[in-house]
Amino acid sequence: MRRWFDANAWTLGLAVLLAALLLATKLIQPGFGVSGLDSLARAALPFALATVGMAIVVLAGGIDLSIAAMMAVASVTGAVLMDGASDGQAAFIVLGVLGLGLLMGAVNGLLIVVSRVPDIVVTLAMLFVWQGVALLILNAPGGAAVPWLRALSTGSFPGLDWLPRAVVFLALVTALIWLPIRRAKLGLRLYAIGSDPLAAFRSGVPVGQTRIIAYALCGLFAALGGLSVTMGTGIGEPIPGPYLLASVAAVVLGGVVLGGGRGGILGPVLAVFTLRTVRMDLTLLSVDPNVAAIVEGTIMVAVVMFGAVLAARGRKG
Amino acid sequence: MTLTDTPSSLSRFGRLMVDRPLLPLIGLLVLLIAVLAILNPGVLSMFWAGNTLKIAIPLAMLAACQTLTMLTGGIDLSVGTVATISAYLTATLAPLIGVPPAIAIALASAVVIGLVNGFGIAVCRVHPLIMTLGTALIATGFLLVYQRYVIATGVQIPDFLLWLGTGRSFGLPNSLALFIPFAVLIIWAQRRSGFGRLLYAIGANEAAARLSGVRVWQVHLTLYTLSGVIAGVTGLLYLGQIKTASLSLALPLDLPSVAAAVIGGTSIFGGRGGYGGTIVGALILTVLTTMLTLMQIPEGGRRILFGLIILSVTALFIRLTERN
Repeated sequence: MRRWFDANAWTLGLAVLLAALLLATKLIQPGFGVSGLDSLARAALPFALATVGMAIVVLAGGIDLSIAAMMAVASVTGAVLMDGASDGQAAFIVLGVLGLGLLMGAVNGLLIVVSRVPDIVVTLAMLFVWQGVALLILNAPGGAAVPWLRALSTGSFPGLDWLPRAVVFLALVTALIWLPIRRAKLGLRLYAIGSDPLAAFRSGVPVGQTRIIAYALCGLFAALGGLSVTMGTGIGEPIPGPYLLASVAAVVLGGVVLGGGRGGILGPVLAVFTLRTVRMDLTLLSVDPNVAAIVEGTIMVAVVMFGAVLAARGRKG
Repeated sequence: MTLTDTPSSLSRFGRLMVDRPLLPLIGLLVLLIAVLAILNPGVLSMFWAGNTLKIAIPLAMLAACQTLTMLTGGIDLSVGTVATISAYLTATLAPLIGVPPAIAIALASAVVIGLVNGFGIAVCRVHPLIMTLGTALIATGFLLVYQRYVIATGVQIPDFLLWLGTGRSFGLPNSLALFIPFAVLIIWAQRRSGFGRLLYAIGANEAAARLSGVRVWQVHLTLYTLSGVIAGVTGLLYLGQIKTASLSLALPLDLPSVAAAVIGGTSIFGGRGGYGGTIVGALILTVLTTMLTLMQIPEGGRRILFGLIILSVTALFIRLTERN
């Protein structure tokens, strides 16, 4: 019990912080309740999915700067294909978009492994490429989303009205994809190449292959995130949102060390909700949205700075 | 660029690329211009050359920020935002408080953004890419808040900036009057000054530089502040060239400025490259953009091409330097 407590101290701290923030929200706005929780969860969904994807790559010792651009590609592809499609067709379209996400991520990973160019440069270049692809597919926001897809993340369940569907959707998707991997050999390999690629290689881990899988998973979650943007707005968005910096900040705040090998998925997800709640509180305090963006950006940069200082300490010690 | 399969000629070509990147680059530029002339006969003229120079100069100046930061293994993705802010502040403050104070405030804000970048990168050791993206995000927030307060006041673009940005003397754009001294200064600083050598030293081997007594954090702080100032000045020039104050004025130059430096042979890992190549890189990109526009390739296609160029040139350089 004690050991479990120590190992998860960071995540528990975040959970407490989030609970405190939600309590503060209730104090600021006594009317805050089910609908507020629902809109918070819906706004946080794309950020959370992007963060899960980013967390997987960072755990494996990389970083993916193209995540927001991949989300844009997934969002516009889904929205363009779904425009006028029936419910049944839409299911195949969703599967196709998820496949596209896996493919985009695998391309990123393959280019990193084959070209031997550092991940940060490759994904920066691919950021331009995926942005271009998104713009070619759809020049301006447009397209449509089928109603059942929109319903996936809107509202709550009868009888359990305090539990937003967006949270359930996030938990289900993440658990279905990540937990089996985490328990399997692949999960161990991901952590292994993150903490020491050379040692992993010498212990027989196929480093290149594992790295490609990590990026492919990131692409898959980026596709989910892009679909959730379309779910939330009902249209495809070719210009990437501020998901890159937000996901890096949430990953760092969530206790995953930049450089890899240490941390989990739950921490970053809690961190996303914490950051989103701060944003919502600022809005409830009727702070100018642009000022709120400044505050949020400052928090994120401060978190990343703090994380970098910690990482530098860790390397020295 | 033609690569033959025999290893000896490849390695010879590689040495040529690494030691004298200017020669193959100028060859590529001439080739592109030739293709352009074939695609569209009669397009080449003194006017066209002047126009190409005029468009390439702001890009080359922003690419100077990338070249200098990339020499240490960094990057500055906030340059487009800094240039935009400097231009917007100048244009909106000039009718209120006069031109010289407006420009002073514009450049001061560029310095502040540069200092924040430098602080995060030098002291907190955040990766430059993430740090500069973050400051760009925050700075854009400040710009949006600011523009709500000046929305009613008019916009005034100082006359000398218009002269600099759009005027021509003897068929050549006046912006050369700013750019030639600027380029000479940068090339001198990077080759001959102690500061320039420190940049190469840090980029080649930061630990070795530190052990030889270089105060790396001071160099980083100076470097990113300098990068902010260059971007601010570029914003002023760009304002005179575009003649409107918009909230996204110089943002489209962000990515091409990185591409120009990479094409120019500056290694994104530091320690290798120079501004001479970057200038040719900016010219190549400008001619390439003209070509893509003539061929009616949409904006998306252009971005894809820029990304692929950055990736393939970097991969090529890695192969070549490993071979040597």
